[in-house]
Amino acid sequence: MCGIVGLLLKNASLRPRLGELMVPMMIGMTERGPDSAGLAVFTEPVAGPLHKLSLYAGAAPTDWKQLQRDLCGAIDGEHTFKVTANHAVLTTSATPEAIETWLSSHAPELTVLCVGRAIDLYKDTGAPAEVAKRYEFAQLKGTHLVGHTRMATESAVTPAHAHPFTAGQDFCLVHNGSLSNPYMVRRKLEPLDIEFETDNDTEAACRYFEWRLREGDSLRAAVHRGFEELDGFYTFLMGTDRELALVRDAFACKPAIVAETDDYVAVASEFRSLAHLPRVHDAHLFEPKPQEVYSWHI
Amino acid sequence: MREFDLASTSVRELNRYLHKDLPAVAAPKVVVTHPDGAHSIACGLDAPVDVEVHGHVGYYVAGMNKHARVAVNGNAGPGAAENMMSGFVRIRGFASTSAGASARGGCLVIEGDASLRCGISLKGADIVVGGSVGSFSAFMAQAGRMVICGGAGDALGDSLYEAVIYVRGEVKSLGADARFEPMSAEDKKAVAELLSLAGFKHDPAEFRRIASARQLYHWNAEANQEY
Amino acid sequence: MSAAESNALSAHLSLEESAGFDRKVIDYVQRAAATGLYEIRGLGAKRKVPHFDDLVFLGASLSRYPLEGYREKCTTRTVLGSRYASKPVELEIPITVAGMSFGALSANVKEALGRAASELGTSTTTGDGGMTSEERGSSKTLVYQCLPSRYGFDPDDVRRADAIEIVIGQGAKPGGGGMLLGQKVNPRVARMRTLPEGVDQRSACRHPDWTGPDDLAIKIRELREITDWEKPIYVKVGATRVFNDVKLAVHAGADVVVVDGMQGGTAATQTVFIEHVGIPTLAALRQAVDALDDLNMRGQVQLIISGGIRTGADVAKALAMGADAVSIGQGVLMALGCNSDTYVQNGQHVSAVADYSALGTAPGFCHHCHTGRCPVGVTTQDPMLEQRLQPAIGARRVRNYLKTMNMELTTIARACGKQDVHHLEREDLVALSVEAAAMARVPLAGTQWIPGMERN
Repeated sequence: MCGIVGLLLKNASLRPRLGELMVPMMIGMTERGPDSAGLAVFTEPVAGPLHKLSLYAGAAPTDWKQLQRDLCGAIDGEHTFKVTANHAVLTTSATPEAIETWLSSHAPELTVLCVGRAIDLYKDTGAPAEVAKRYEFAQLKGTHLVGHTRMATESAVTPAHAHPFTAGQDFCLVHNGSLSNPYMVRRKLEPLDIEFETDNDTEAACRYFEWRLREGDSLRAAVHRGFEELDGFYTFLMGTDRELALVRDAFACKPAIVAETDDYVAVASEFRSLAHLPRVHDAHLFEPKPQEVYSWHI
Repeated sequence: MREFDLASTSVRELNRYLHKDLPAVAAPKVVVTHPDGAHSIACGLDAPVDVEVHGHVGYYVAGMNKHARVAVNGNAGPGAAENMMSGFVRIRGFASTSAGASARGGCLVIEGDASLRCGISLKGADIVVGGSVGSFSAFMAQAGRMVICGGAGDALGDSLYEAVIYVRGEVKSLGADARFEPMSAEDKKAVAELLSLAGFKHDPAEFRRIASARQLYHWNAEANQEY
Repeated sequence: MSAAESNALSAHLSLEESAGFDRKVIDYVQRAAATGLYEIRGLGAKRKVPHFDDLVFLGASLSRYPLEGYREKCTTRTVLGSRYASKPVELEIPITVAGMSFGALSANVKEALGRAASELGTSTTTGDGGMTSEERGSSKTLVYQCLPSRYGFDPDDVRRADAIEIVIGQGAKPGGGGMLLGQKVNPRVARMRTLPEGVDQRSACRHPDWTGPDDLAIKIRELREITDWEKPIYVKVGATRVFNDVKLAVHAGADVVVVDGMQGGTAATQTVFIEHVGIPTLAALRQAVDALDDLNMRGQVQLIISGGIRTGADVAKALAMGADAVSIGQGVLMALGCNSDTYVQNGQHVSAVADYSALGTAPGFCHHCHTGRCPVGVTTQDPMLEQRLQPAIGARRVRNYLKTMNMELTTIARACGKQDVHHLEREDLVALSVEAAAMARVPLAGTQWIPGMERN
């Protein structure tokens, strides 16, 4: 049970201010989600064969410089780390699979939060304002982002259980609500060699949709299939490298509101997270209807 | 007139004033600015005060209202005027889910659309919606009247008791035990009065009446069957 | 084989009952086949589940020193709602009366409960259907429930209540709403609930204006605003995923969490719900305590446990396990005469057996609260039947019952060496069955073994 925020900047001149515009949105959702916070930010994609991996070190002290030297010695190619507190974004010319395999044996204390060309992801326990400060969210630049504040329902309060959840590449999902058949979804996906990292219901939804996208469904088709298979109450906000998508279940018990201007589209669980956006009072404000898929492209 | 700017004053201070410190004059006036989606603005009022809110409000604006007139020049979050007992609440923008939930008296006017479950468990209040209402509106509504100038989503009036719904536009579907009934002269008069109270100019003849078929009142009637 | 031998064999009846299809199940199947509707009934689960009976106290002897039974002080004062409320509820005993609706119970019963509770310095709780003047008038400390149905919910009653209890669920039917069959919806009940007289009333299972803990936090804030932050806000849950639910209730801002186990009563619910949904009170209590410990909220947020609490020993065990107070429904009804073979009229005991019989039951077996034909005038709205329970007599019986339990509670506490009943601790208990040891996580008597826990 949680708060959701999302922001997509249509106006390219605002993109250097993405993080700055978003931080008050996230702090506005503190009451809905005081336990943990996180966000996935989508930047201009890295060039050609490069990929990015967001890494989380937790409480373990990490010598990132040494890690970089070891990685360069072990795997051919360029590997650079951009470190913020106990997170780092690794940009690499090697394949993500090779990096993940190497990390799992040489730096098992690290968690890979996401993989892609455009996505960076930060999430941790703590009040949203603290998490935002810890990872300098206000400095983030990019085209769009998906953020979340969490009040844990069934699963534990840990960084891994915080949202956003990711699956595949350049895909993430946040959720406000509670699924009533997450284990069934999970048991459907596990035999397809889809691995789960937590027992969180949101991860089930995230891996379900990513599986459908990989199978060739459009996001819209995947969501419609989800109406049949994912039971419970939800507002989902999803991000891909090009797109932000929003959907609510048929009962629409979990709130959501959208503000759209020529400059941006902003989504939040409640208006109080949108109140500080520039010219929000001139925005087109609306509540997304149940079982309709709303999506916006950069 | 007293002004509260919620950019610098807490909702707590506003409500304490409205509950305990109103001046002893007829219909004192209070203006609230910069609500910015704050919750529980002007809830639990128990006096004929006139509250004008400029901006969008969060959950439960004018919740459990008695006697007061509350107007929101903006949109309202979930549960606007929930469990209202009396008074008059006007939302000039749209209202989120469960507007007027369980309201027992008074009148709630929503000039824009109302979201899902508008008038759920309604217990005697009047609700007039200028736009359309979302699905499951008037769910289990027990008493009171709803006038919907636009259309309605799915399952309108599901498990209705004695509340009556008047709707002008398309109804996507009726809920269990709800049915269309002919408009009587009395119905038209009621709609005309409520429209005039709300300030909407529609012809009452354009409205259709929905009430309970009362088939679920004794849902275990078949329990007597023995074979 | 001779004809005589063959006759002797056939005369020997085989009466082996099927364990799967015993007489109870056969009766169920045939009833379902005849009616096409599930059974609805009152009271709580009838099946045997691990319970407080499966625990015993380790009284003091040489390693710990007992207190003298009647002379040495043992206090029972209980404060509920000290977290945020400026006016917490202060009780003289940790035994409260659970929420039971006017509608399910008669106005006389509500008055009797209020009088008894006031005499002993404890609280009563309203129930689905609003606050009656009888109960407000007689109960010094009255907890006002805010339920999904919001029947009769009135801000004036919020203002004249001593605490507000937001009901998410009930132990007898977590996930389901209340029921009141038409025969109990008399003119006054109908008026209070804004319903037509005589309709079968089904309450909603979810609140009309919020869903989930994030919304609940906002709802609680609204109630705090309306009560000017004076009154404690309780949150009541039916026991299922208790560890999570208690944590979420605390996160949402509750002052007090009430956990109602599956043995908890109801005035009318589907039998399938009563017997098959929810977990036993014993298991629920331990999970609730663990949740408060996990949040380091013991002492800040109080815990009330209910669901099949019957005796002073049950109360003592609940407190030792970590509850701050208990809440009693069915036990109180039985004190009033529920399932008794007589009722008192003009000082005389009058037999009610024929009336039980007319309901197809007998004293000791009755669960027909849903019919409104209560032979002893407790769960009825019938003007004749409700006269069978006079408030003064009912009040005296309930007072005696609560007093007895409180004396038993202090007796046990003193025997365990406690000057305050709230000093009873989990380590004062051992279990008599493996199931109870596992659920309560106390050792099996005479061992240090707690199933599922590693030994140090």
